[in-house]
Order: sequence, then structure tokens, then C-alpha cells
Amino acid sequence: MADELIFRPVAEVAALLDAKKISSVELLRAFVARKQAVDGRVQAFNSLDEAGALALAAASDARRAAGQARGPLEGIPVGFKDVIAVEGQPLTCSSRMLANFVSPYDATVTAKLKAAGAIPFGRLNMDEFAMGSSTENSAFGVTANPWDLTRVPGGSSGGSAAAVAAGEVPLALGSDTGGSIRQPAALCGLVGLKPTYGLVSRYGLAAFASSLDQIGTLAHTVEDAALLLGAIAGHDAHDSTSFKAEVPDYRAELAKRQGPWRLGVPKEFFGAGLDPEVGAAVKQAIEFYRSAGCAIKPVSLPLSAEYAIAVYYLIATAEASSNLARYDGIRYGHRSKAATDAIDIYAKSRAEGFGEEVKRRIILGTHVLSSGYYDAYYLRAQKVRTLIRGEFLRVFRECDALLSPTSPTAAFKIGEKSADPLAMYLSDIYTIGVNLAGLPGISVPCGFTGGGLPIGLQIIGQPFQEGALLAIARAYEQAHAWHTKHPALT
Amino acid sequence: MNPAPDLDINYVANLARLALTDAEKGKFAQQLGDILHYVEKLKQVEVTGVEPMAHAAPVYNVWAADVAQPGLPVGAALQNAPAQRDNLIVVPKVVE
Repeated sequence: MADELIFRPVAEVAALLDAKKISSVELLRAFVARKQAVDGRVQAFNSLDEAGALALAAASDARRAAGQARGPLEGIPVGFKDVIAVEGQPLTCSSRMLANFVSPYDATVTAKLKAAGAIPFGRLNMDEFAMGSSTENSAFGVTANPWDLTRVPGGSSGGSAAAVAAGEVPLALGSDTGGSIRQPAALCGLVGLKPTYGLVSRYGLAAFASSLDQIGTLAHTVEDAALLLGAIAGHDAHDSTSFKAEVPDYRAELAKRQGPWRLGVPKEFFGAGLDPEVGAAVKQAIEFYRSAGCAIKPVSLPLSAEYAIAVYYLIATAEASSNLARYDGIRYGHRSKAATDAIDIYAKSRAEGFGEEVKRRIILGTHVLSSGYYDAYYLRAQKVRTLIRGEFLRVFRECDALLSPTSPTAAFKIGEKSADPLAMYLSDIYTIGVNLAGLPGISVPCGFTGGGLPIGLQIIGQPFQEGALLAIARAYEQAHAWHTKHPALT
Repeated sequence: MNPAPDLDINYVANLARLALTDAEKGKFAQQLGDILHYVEKLKQVEVTGVEPMAHAAPVYNVWAADVAQPGLPVGAALQNAPAQRDNLIVVPKVVE
């Protein structure tokens, strides 16, 4: 029973809970047992408040017994990337800087999930302050890919992806600044959704690059992603970039929105650097859509393909250097014991608290914002960003969505790229433009390499058209069985 | 693989209030040199007359009613402070 439960889509588990075939406490215990069995090898969790989660599960069972169940996520555990606040729980950003930080309030997504009856289940590992593509930049250890423990799960939401892929939690929240949900979803064989910038409140998400950050979902199926998105989306007065839009019932949208669709294929996303096995799997997925009656249109995104990474690493590091100035050792976070005066507290606390990648990005971001360099680097990057968004929006005049690989390769070996930051940055080449343009993007499993590693198909949607995006992804998923395969972890 | 000619690592580290070791300075100067050379390619793009984009949200200004809202209670606001006394955060003396 337990093995069947842990990989079962949430939509089906919810039906079991509704029919009182299982209780939320039993469900939670199944995931606790799975975590105890496998997390020593996967290391997806930074921490888990097991007693607190069990208490919430018991409360959920009581609501259900009283006829007060709150909807499809009632009693369902949801893992949290360790960058999103849950009141009373640790929030470390996988950094020594916040090793002892406890959230004094709930993020808006947390409050919404609690109101929907969901149960926060664990703090999941990540690259420190979400800076990285492999979850190797964590102060608390490297998370392994459940499909091959010698390989990375991707990042920065690598703990969220690995935990769901390993069956330790059925759903998880991540954050995506340059691909940090979609790339780990691809490398772990999951559905990973980054919503349109502004659809999900960032209140209570520790900021990395505020103009790019967006909270999103990791799940086994598109329907589960739709359920979780529906629970967290919507306007929030606490986030001034939050958009005032009606949030549709995304699960209903799956049934309502039927193709055929007009799907663009950016030719630049299939060039040098793309692993042949990944390219072949994605092209097969494109052929599926063609055979299903969709119009497949070759399109061109030359600026995004050539310049997105350069623009991203200027804008993201500039914003990060500003956002991370708050970690000064004064009000919260690590304070150096070696410091003698106020300035010394800042410099030494930050030196002791931050890891290498975070320091590197703070230095780069400070440089590109500094007097004499601002126009040449930061301002120019913001202008090219305008051109990149325009390029996407032009293509969307004739396409409902775009198809591409999510990542140029399947999961790489732990340690393979950690000595070369630029090589690591280049692994985000297909995902970064989506953040710069503020678009929604989803990665769905579309096959395996000969070595048994998952491959992801990226589908990029029009702004605030998550309903169509999910329906397009679902059409592929329903015709394939990739999402029913799970790592053996023997 | 050259250190960036225009990156003064000591100057920038001081601006960033980050006490780097000599080993970190050497390594970062090299790696950031590579990255700065890589981003030089943006000079190829014609950006005359293009508006810079701060973010992609279709939201330009947000007004809030000028009404006091409850904030964090003092205890919650101070619970993560590294040093505190009498509901205040303790720091070294800044003025002699």
C-alpha cells in the first residue's frame, strides 16, 4: 500500500482521502517512512518538522470527518524549497548565513496552502540563495539525483525535485530565477512549472533577483501541477509586482482547452551544445504534436539564443548584490565573533556566512552597478532585455506556445562543472530567456537517455496563459508513459 | 582567460562589504574576468533608443491607502537578532 501511495498522483490520492480509504495521518506516515528509507542517500531535505506535520495531518483528518474539507489539497503534504517562509520553521536558503534563522511569518503561498488544507512537509535543499544549477552550492551538502546518485539533481531547486522524484513528498514548491524549477524537473523526470512573472506572490520568498524570481511547482503530473498552481496563484497586496488577474480553475482548463495549437520551434535552441539524445527526444515530442494535428512553425529567437545568458548574469547579479546587502550581521543572520566595529561586522559576517558562488555573484553584481560601469553593463543589459522580450512577444503573434529542450544535457556528474562557473551558467541557455521576458514555462518528461537519465521538454507559453500551457503539456503526457516511471533507488 | 582589466577586486570587495581572502581575490579576479569577457558580446547589440526594462510585470505603479497596518510584534521581529537587550538590537559603539 505504502509504495503505491507515494508515487500516486495527488489527484488520485485526494480521491482516496475523500472516500476515507486512507487518512491524512496514514498518508503522511508513508512519506515519513520513505524519507527515512532513502534520504540518507538522496539528501533532499535540510530539515523536517515531523511532529508538526503529523499534528496538521490529524487536524486535516478532523476537518474531513466534520465535513469541512477545504478542497483537493486537503491533507496533502507539500515540500518547501528552503527559501520560502513557513512561520516557526527554519529558513536557511542553504546558507551558513541563515543556519539558525526561524521564519517569524508565513509567505503568502504558505498561507494560501495552509488555507487549502495542505501540510508543509520539510525544508528542501537548494543552491545557496538559489544561485546555481546543480544544488552543489549548498552549505549543508550535495543533493543526489535519485535516478543516478553520482549525478546532480539540477538546481537551484534540486532538493525539491529530488524529493518528489524519490517519492519523499508528492508535491513541492520551488523558485525559478533562470530555470531553477524547469531544469531540475527535467533532470529528475518531473513536471516543473514556472508561472508568468506576477502570477504568484513573492512575499515571503527570500529575494535573489527580484525582477526574475517566481515561485512555482514540482509534481509528477501536469494535473498535479495545475492543482498546486491553483492554490498559490493570485493577487497579493504584499507584493507590488503581483498582477491583478482572475485565477481560473486550472484543472478545469485542462479539460476545456483542446488543441490543435500553433506551436513554434525556435531553431536556435537546437544548435551546438545540445546533446544528441536530448535533441532526438525533443524532436520526437514535436512530431507527436504534429501528428496530433498541431501546426508546427519554425521560428527564430536570435537575440535570446545569443545574448540571454550575458544579460541574465548582469541583471541577476546586480539585483542579488543589492538584495543580499540586507545580510549584514546586525538584525538577523550570522554575526562574526571576530569583528571589532560596525563596518567590520558587515565585512566579516558576510565573509564567514556566504559561500563561494554567492560571494562571486555579489562581487560581479557590485562591479556592474558601480560608478563608471553602470551604463556599460547594467543599463545595456536592461535594454537588451527589452529587445529579448519583444522578440518573444513577436513570435507569439503566430504561436500559442514554443517547444524546446529544457536543458542541453541530461543530469551531469557531481563535481563535473563546479570548478567552471561559466560552463555551469551556460547550462541554463534554454530557460533563461523565459525569465527575462517574464513568460510562463513548463518542463515535462519526454524520454530517457540510453543511460536511463530523464530528458525534459520545455513548453513556453504566452503571459498569463498557464491554462493553455498546462493543457498543451497534458496532451503530450496523456499520450506517453514517461511520468509513470520512477527511480529504483535500490 | 585573462583577469578583467577593469575589475579592481579590492575596491569592489570594499563596496560590497565583503572581507575576501587573498586566495578568493585571485580566483574571483580570474573567473570574473572570463565572465566579463563573455558579456562583452552585448556591445554587438544596437540599443540606441531602446527603453531599459526593469521587470516584466505589466504593473507600473501601485498605490496603497495611507493607513497603518499591524506589523510584526517586537518579540517576533527580534527573535533572529544575533545580540539583543531590552527589546533592542545590540551593536558595537559607532560614535565615540
